[in-house]
Amino acid sequence: MTTEFNDDQQQFRDVVKRFFTDKSPVSAVRRLMAEDGGYDAEVWQQLGAEVGLAGAHIPQVYGGYGFGPVELGIIAEEMGRTLYCGPFFASSVMAGYALLGGADEVCKHRLLPGIADGSTIATLVLDDLNQVDQSGRGLHGELLASAHTGSDAGSDSQQGADRATDWRLTGAAGLVLDAQVASVFLCVAATDNGLGLFLVGRDEPNLVIEPLEVIDPTRKLSRLQFNQVRAEKLGELNGAAMALLWDQLSVVLAHEMIGGAQMLLDSTVEYMKLRMQFGRPIASFQALKHRCADLLLELELAKAVTRQASHFLASAEGPRYLPSMAKAMASDTYMSLARAGVQLRGGIGFTWENDTHLWFKRAKSSEVFLGSPYLHRERMMTMIQESDCG
Amino acid sequence: MDDLMTINVELNAWLDQNWSPDHSLVEWRDLLVDGGWAAPGWPRAYFGRDFSPEQSALVEAEFARRGIVGAAQSGPRRLAAETILAHGSEDQKQRYLRPILTGQDAWCQLFSEPGSGSDLAGSSTRAELHGDRYVINGQKVWTTSAHHADFGILLARTDWDVPKHQGLSYFLFNMRQSGVEVRPLRQMNAHASFNEVFMTDASVDSRDLIGGEGNGWRVAATTLSIERQGFSRSRPDGGLKGLSSLQGRVYDEYRAELLIALEPYTWYPQRAGRTDLALPRARQTGAINDPHIRQELAKLLSMQQGADLAAASATALSRAGSNTVSPQGSIGKLAASVIARQAAHVHTLVAGTDAMLSGAASAEAGVIAEILLSVPAISIAGGTDEIQKNIIAERVLEMPKEPRSDTGPFRAIARNSADK
Repeated sequence: MTTEFNDDQQQFRDVVKRFFTDKSPVSAVRRLMAEDGGYDAEVWQQLGAEVGLAGAHIPQVYGGYGFGPVELGIIAEEMGRTLYCGPFFASSVMAGYALLGGADEVCKHRLLPGIADGSTIATLVLDDLNQVDQSGRGLHGELLASAHTGSDAGSDSQQGADRATDWRLTGAAGLVLDAQVASVFLCVAATDNGLGLFLVGRDEPNLVIEPLEVIDPTRKLSRLQFNQVRAEKLGELNGAAMALLWDQLSVVLAHEMIGGAQMLLDSTVEYMKLRMQFGRPIASFQALKHRCADLLLELELAKAVTRQASHFLASAEGPRYLPSMAKAMASDTYMSLARAGVQLRGGIGFTWENDTHLWFKRAKSSEVFLGSPYLHRERMMTMIQESDCG
Repeated sequence: MDDLMTINVELNAWLDQNWSPDHSLVEWRDLLVDGGWAAPGWPRAYFGRDFSPEQSALVEAEFARRGIVGAAQSGPRRLAAETILAHGSEDQKQRYLRPILTGQDAWCQLFSEPGSGSDLAGSSTRAELHGDRYVINGQKVWTTSAHHADFGILLARTDWDVPKHQGLSYFLFNMRQSGVEVRPLRQMNAHASFNEVFMTDASVDSRDLIGGEGNGWRVAATTLSIERQGFSRSRPDGGLKGLSSLQGRVYDEYRAELLIALEPYTWYPQRAGRTDLALPRARQTGAINDPHIRQELAKLLSMQQGADLAAASATALSRAGSNTVSPQGSIGKLAASVIARQAAHVHTLVAGTDAMLSGAASAEAGVIAEILLSVPAISIAGGTDEIQKNIIAERVLEMPKEPRSDTGPFRAIARNSADK
């Protein structure tokens, strides 16, 4: 198996790289991270409708471009490099993949085109973002769905003939990405017969969206409370579907992280070549060069595994624990580079004025988002043991 | 491809006509050399066929498939041969290449010295020209197979009044002479795979100077890059499946040759940490259910996966002909060290207090103990981790070199007291 990019993919990367270099300079990141919404609607519109990145991985029949996990990984790397601020991960990646894996065909046709061109901003509601149990059982069980047979709410709606009931969601989700700008919420909730995927509109009464203070202001999070909130059931999510969803999200996030980590390595080494102390650039000190070589090695290994993980999602070639392996390695590498990025700059690296902390905060937030390295290594070992039995 | 098909047909026709397991090893290899199949990647003028790596790989695969013995392959022979091909005179190529391929001549590498390890260009072995012979005085160390070698590739100083890299010369040195003393060097893991070589008024003919006087460093760079490319190759079956049960004189002699050639390397897999044993041992002992050990094991498997992939893409790069001396080699070597240490860590956790035991008393009949005591070598041999990190920092990250304090005439540079 090779993880080299072919010419088309290389060209694709060049286009994507230009877009984000141009549209997501640090000045924009700093402006948007201070705003409540946290994204630039004009850039989002270009990204979705003009360049077509929002639906890159969504099949053409649902209004997307039909690229695979490899191209999605390329987009995520470039976003991670520039700390792009926008609901791409929430809407295109989380909600998009959840719909593809868990919604009925009719619902996919109805909802995915809007996500693919960026006109709909959706997000995925999970009651536990730390959930990496591949069986899909035991999400915290804090978000429950119950069938509702009354006619009060449904009387004026055009329910499909195949849906005899509408639903009510009750419970809470502690951390929801980009809820502050989402118009629709795709919620994974427990029913009496396993997990289902539900659609909730932003304007539903009894839905409380509470923005939270976050360590990384480029990744906005909210707490959602549901009190008998009206919901439409889109489909079911069995254990395999949940496992696949975690794999997909983990791999995209891993790509985003190695993009950020690469940026930190490049910018830190660049700084060290300019910074003079004791009459020479600090990049010439062996102690510091060795630290950079160690970081490069750690990053190269994480990058190789991450890229193989997206090939695995595309082809099913390779061990099935690759996504978790990638997430764990990319998280660790990103934090190593974040720590070094501050340390190797010395005092200036600890200031607000210097940009390093922006990536540090993304690294720290990404370390635990969708499961810590510890949990992903545990998941990986569980898979190895399961394949022993099987 | 057509071209490969043609080669395959020609090779098999030739083998049908010439191969027999009843040849002596030397007889057979003489035939191989004359037929041009001993080293098909070499130039036509020197026993080869100018084959591409892909074409050569086909020949090698055919030999393996049919269970046919190939040319002599051991590491130092290969280093000598490739260096002679690159820099040797016509006379040197004619005299040395053939007996290397047939295995008649064994070689060793006389580079490292007690006073110049990482700083290889700091060699202080003396080569002084007297008439048409250079007289050699000095000491080499870490010389694998010196006690079996007929010749050595020797780096020595011919000029002490120029900067260090410019005063070195490279010789094809006869080991079978008075004035050469070989002593085995015992290691911390109790093996003695290397030797010290003492040269006292030994000599070498000036026609065995390779690349010209003062050009030794340039020639040595070729040897070192070949050494880095082939860092991990040593195959106990000599490339032949089921060699131990094959019948015939040529196989008997080949087995005897391999036994000698591979003897110094029996612990090398252990030096690399034996990641392959980690998961089976963790399962077998139940340690796989320990939450801490699971984490460390997962880290080990992750690093190994990353390194295997990075190595595969480095191979793809070099096949695409993008670079000759690639820093990928240094990245791979550094990865191997990190992995070996993590593997030793996991083996220790899995063994628990039994990690105190050695030999027959220890797990896997001593293999685990041998891992624990061999891993420290991997970050030293073939260029220390610290040197690899310098290479990565300077060539990949393009960070500036440290200021040097070893410029100017070699004679004036501070050295270890024993070298003076």
